[in-house]
Amino acid sequence: MLPAASIVEHLTAAGLAPWLALTVAIVVHAAFVLAFFGAVPAVAIWLERKVSGRIQDRLGPTRVGGKFGWLQGLADGIKAIQKEDIIPAAADSMLFRMAPYIANIAAFGGFMLLPFSRDWVAVAADIGLFILLAILSLEVVGIVMAGYASGSKWSLFGGIREAAQMVSYEIPLALCGLVPVLAAGSLNLSVIGEAQQGWFLPNWLIFHSPFAFVAFFVYFTVATAGSKRAPFDLAEAESELVGGFHTEYSTMRWVYFMLAEYGHMFLISGVAVLLFLGGWWIGLPFIDGPVAALRAEDGRTVEREYGRIDVVDPVGETATPLLHSSTSSVLPFSLGNYIGNLIGAIVLTFKAMLLVIVQIWVRWTLPRLRIDQVMTTCLKYLVPISCALFLGGVLWPLTLTSTIGRTTLFDWPAAWSEATPLRFAAAQGAGAARGRGGDWESGSTTSLIAPSPTPSLSPSSPAAEIAR
Amino acid sequence: MTTFLFWLFALAACGGALAVVIEKNVVRMAFWLIVSLASVAGLFFLLGADFVGATQLLIYVGGTIVLLIFGVMLTATGPLSRTMTVTRGEHVLAGVIGVSLLCVFGVSVLAVDWEEVEGGELGVEERYADGGTTRPLGLKLIGIDGEKLRSEVGGRRSEASLDARLSTRKSTGYLLPFEIASVHLLVVLIGAAYLARAKRRPHERNRH
Repeated sequence: MLPAASIVEHLTAAGLAPWLALTVAIVVHAAFVLAFFGAVPAVAIWLERKVSGRIQDRLGPTRVGGKFGWLQGLADGIKAIQKEDIIPAAADSMLFRMAPYIANIAAFGGFMLLPFSRDWVAVAADIGLFILLAILSLEVVGIVMAGYASGSKWSLFGGIREAAQMVSYEIPLALCGLVPVLAAGSLNLSVIGEAQQGWFLPNWLIFHSPFAFVAFFVYFTVATAGSKRAPFDLAEAESELVGGFHTEYSTMRWVYFMLAEYGHMFLISGVAVLLFLGGWWIGLPFIDGPVAALRAEDGRTVEREYGRIDVVDPVGETATPLLHSSTSSVLPFSLGNYIGNLIGAIVLTFKAMLLVIVQIWVRWTLPRLRIDQVMTTCLKYLVPISCALFLGGVLWPLTLTSTIGRTTLFDWPAAWSEATPLRFAAAQGAGAARGRGGDWESGSTTSLIAPSPTPSLSPSSPAAEIAR
Repeated sequence: MTTFLFWLFALAACGGALAVVIEKNVVRMAFWLIVSLASVAGLFFLLGADFVGATQLLIYVGGTIVLLIFGVMLTATGPLSRTMTVTRGEHVLAGVIGVSLLCVFGVSVLAVDWEEVEGGELGVEERYADGGTTRPLGLKLIGIDGEKLRSEVGGRRSEASLDARLSTRKSTGYLLPFEIASVHLLVVLIGAAYLARAKRRPHERNRH
């Protein structure tokens, strides 16, 4: 259980009891992510009103909080919190009350695994994308439960539609997500993001292969459907079902559903940015380079340490207590690293917000599909398309090998790629990995990968490929 | 901290499971089942088994339960009137199955030498350093025993012999059985879709 490895290390080094350090770290991470989770919907709702207004030739909110009505989200929240909380007599009150929380927790849980920058992720998991999609798929449980528990036919219809839609759309979502994963060679979102440095044209995974290029658009369509946005918002189709699954909800419970929806929108946009659009890189090396150099100050020293450990001590020897005995395992706090990560987080948030705006734009432009059209779109078109894209993504490295002699199109400078496997080991964030440089982890990247005949043993295989 | 979390998840899992048995309403049962299964996923995460935990969430909580509620909503006659009636025979049958399952679990738990497991070289935190259990699982899938590999690396076998061993390994691992099972499932899926499709006779099609 290491949700906050680096903070834990810092605090333990400062002399705090381990359990206390872990608790503090958990609270800090949760508070940061929660604050972000609260801020994103507020901004997104304001954007939604503003953009929809402009699309309909109106101004949208103009008064609250000054010139552009930018406090509109807050005003909405205050208004909603003051309203009467109604639970219908026909409702199953326990499930009715639980449903918004389940939907919300699912959307919030995804944020824990989303890396905002190389070192800024609450839970650095080796299979981050898989866990993220798994947690995100729980949101449908809350929606379906709300639809059932309301005791209303409109809600029930909304719930049924949502269940059918979500269960179907998860398949192409996962398949399209796998295409960039195949190219990057890892399920770790931090590694996938870090792999896309350099010029955006060959390095961003959307430009990595024609299949990835198509996969991005399929992914975005499917993800829009997954967050039940128009034109796929059949679960709450207000022209047919009043409000769908949230017909009977009022006040903050309704707001929780909206929070979950906007959080979900941002989350899948963030995943799209990480998987396809270069993560926290701007895509222009003359800007990215200095930023990376800011961060690399620490990264390089760590790399050197890793290198030293690997060369001097045979693998396995240093498995003992680097973590606790010496401070070299703890990355010292450095302003450069902090600013580098901050810029990365801003870039990623900006890109994700752009995608959110596209979703809003689509919602106010396209008419809603019928439910049978939604299902046909998914099962007859999107699933076969994504299967074909997946197959193409698998075959693409072979094509590259036979034409340009490499398995990827990444064109990092040699200096980067040599250090990359080790840097990935550091970037994976698990502090213990950082401490045990000579353990099996980096031992596998150095000793197993390079000469072995099976190159895909570790998450950083593309890097190792190039290093070879 | 870990102990506290363990008890939290364990109690939630057991409490949820008990509530499933006690509860009469089918959809509420599904809710308690979610609590129970999600807590088990939490236990997996606590053990460092990321992959198993995420799979548990994806398949059982996100997939099976949703299908269950979906089925209930489609088949039930009126909203909120779904209470289950259980006959005496079913009680006996369920009891027999439950007790025998408990025996199987009990035997398998007792069969493990816990002293050895606890004294093992790797704790949970070290497992996380190695990427949880995901990487060993993946290695095992292509026929490489991660634990054995680790002990050999730790024992300073020369890299050359290790590479030789890797390149000459005979085992294909679990990849082939895994693929066969997944293709089998795909066939079942397509078959089910074929059987369940709306059967329209040709002249009917003209009306639509």
